[in-house]
Amino acid sequence: MDFLDEFPTMDRQELRELKKAIDLGFRNFSRAYGDALETFFEPLLYFMVWLEKLLIITPWPIIILIMAGLAWLGARSWLAVAGTVASFFVIGYFGMWEDTMATLAIISVATLVCIVVGIPLGIWMARSDRVQTLITPVLDVMQTIPSFVYLIPVVMLLGIGKVPGLLAVCIYAVPPIVRLTNLGIRLVDKEVLEAADAFGANYRQKLFDVQVPLALPNIFAGVNQTIMMSLAMVVIASMIGVKGLGVPVLRAISNQYLALGLMNGLAIVALAIIFDRISQNFGKRLQKHREGGHDV
Amino acid sequence: MSEIKVKIKNLYKIFGANPASMISHIRNGTSKQTLLDEHGHVLGLNDVSLDIAAGGVQVIMGLSGSGKSTLIRHFNRLIEPTAGEIIVDGRNVIEMGKNELRDFRRFRASMVFQKFALLPHRTITDNVAYGLVIQSSAKDEIHERSQKWIDRVGLTGFESYYPAQLSGGMQQRVGLARALATDAEILLMDEAFSALDPLIREEMQDVLLGLQEELKKTIVFITHDLDEALRIGDRIAILRDGTIVQTGSPQDIILNPADDYVTDFTKNINRGRVLQVAAIMDDKTSENGPKIERDMVIEDALQVLSKADATTAIVTHNAKPVGSVDLNTIIAALTRPIDDSGRTGSYT
Ligand SMILES: Nc1ncnc2c1ncn2[C@@H]1O[C@H](COP(=O)(O)OP(=O)(O)OP(=O)(O)O)[C@@H](O)[C@H]1O
Ligand SMILES: [Mg+2]
Repeated sequence: MDFLDEFPTMDRQELRELKKAIDLGFRNFSRAYGDALETFFEPLLYFMVWLEKLLIITPWPIIILIMAGLAWLGARSWLAVAGTVASFFVIGYFGMWEDTMATLAIISVATLVCIVVGIPLGIWMARSDRVQTLITPVLDVMQTIPSFVYLIPVVMLLGIGKVPGLLAVCIYAVPPIVRLTNLGIRLVDKEVLEAADAFGANYRQKLFDVQVPLALPNIFAGVNQTIMMSLAMVVIASMIGVKGLGVPVLRAISNQYLALGLMNGLAIVALAIIFDRISQNFGKRLQKHREGGHDV
Repeated sequence: MSEIKVKIKNLYKIFGANPASMISHIRNGTSKQTLLDEHGHVLGLNDVSLDIAAGGVQVIMGLSGSGKSTLIRHFNRLIEPTAGEIIVDGRNVIEMGKNELRDFRRFRASMVFQKFALLPHRTITDNVAYGLVIQSSAKDEIHERSQKWIDRVGLTGFESYYPAQLSGGMQQRVGLARALATDAEILLMDEAFSALDPLIREEMQDVLLGLQEELKKTIVFITHDLDEALRIGDRIAILRDGTIVQTGSPQDIILNPADDYVTDFTKNINRGRVLQVAAIMDDKTSENGPKIERDMVIEDALQVLSKADATTAIVTHNAKPVGSVDLNTIIAALTRPIDDSGRTGSYT
């Protein structure tokens, strides 16, 4: 039987028309709103450019000192500090300093944007089950859809450059912080929350004195994952015009330069490890007070 | 002890999808089990009415699931009733708007929790100050008052510790200090000492009684432990399946248990050390015999009698004779009523 052998498909002509219509629709949309969106994101662009320039013109010893300081503040371990300093020396020695600074700039801005957007969103989700069931599938899509697919509309809207790159990174990196903020707040001890109610705390007081502080370790795990995921997006972001360690990696792929690819790739790994250790240990220290320890 | 501070009137609480429609079933006598099996609703409280005197300790007792926590959470409306009124100083708490209720919780009723419910990320000082910060008191006042209560509950020196660094008993001292610091006249305590070891529990009862002597708060105290109820309660109400089956003074409850459920509670207590002479004495004073104060427990009275080798004692109040009590009455009071199994209880 014909029917069983061949899957009933839409008429080719119709299918082509449909795709065309969608493309045209989106193109019209981006023509109408692209400029407005660009203006909207302009402050972000300036901030990113400013940060990148700042990182590059700052003398390298100062940067290394700052990084070492961050490592100490976060991890409180000399090993972490030594590892950080050594990594940056090697990176600089192999001529990857500027690209690394550019990558640092976009990672920082992306993480900042993710925090500013993600934490309130997570709080909102924790407040209402309806919102949670609405947002969860959206987050699932954001995390699983191949990045190249959403690069297309982003580029159509905003063209090639830093802002669309940042947007692509954020789309990929924001879900964990939203999820973990939501989870952390939902896991807050019901009795403690009830105590806050019993003493007459209002919504704001409950949120900032109880829920957010108690959820902080989880929120921090989210920040950590967000940083990791934005680092993972560095190469893809460089395809649409973001400067940084991804650019030489791309060049290495198209020209089969093994050493170039390896070095820059390892530099990304080094950054990932450094930030992971710093933020993870910082998150752990946040819940120090929960450990029993009867030094009474 | 006469002024009524809190008056609970015909309070109902039913948990489920459509509680209001279930009230009529309950009023028609549907049991808790039937309500659950046939209508899928849980009966929390069933027509509870209770008058609570100002300045006294009202204990509410009952087995697990009898609705104690549900009832105490109605006092400050952490739980909304299905029907009924809670009148505090003449004002129905159920009718309060959002802001009035918030102020009621901030200034007039504070709460101590079974599992302490302290803020784990705040120091002891900050925990005790919590209610004051919410009241938005002035900074110096917050500091002064929280320090005062930390000292009063015996936690001086632990100000900068975190709750997890303290033992359970000490954590509950923090809970108590936090509740007292707000200066609320009503103190709600839901099994506040149940999570503590017996020795620590008694210690905390002493702390509470010591403070109460001076503070004269209106305390609602939940417990499932009769010994605790007898120690600290001025009045006891016994709750079963959401209904109050008996209210009375501790002596009342022991001497005249209203039903088997209450009898079960009173079965294992040491009557000799709880019952006071006043509860069993005869109003006629006797001519001779040793003198005993009327609030003496009967075990001690027994000793006085045996030492004096007498069978009748004169009961006094403030050194004036007010009645008499004889050996047989005391012995009868020591043995508990015959229970269903036919065994007679004995003095243990
Ligand atoms: N939110 C709720 N939803 C449904 N049923 C509830 C809810 N809260 C309490 N109940 C039910 O109401 C009844 C009374 O519960 P409550 O917690 O007041 O008992 P309790 O006397 O405090 O018991 P315990 O000694 O175990 O603390 C129980 O049958 C319980 O299952
Ligand atoms: Mg309870």
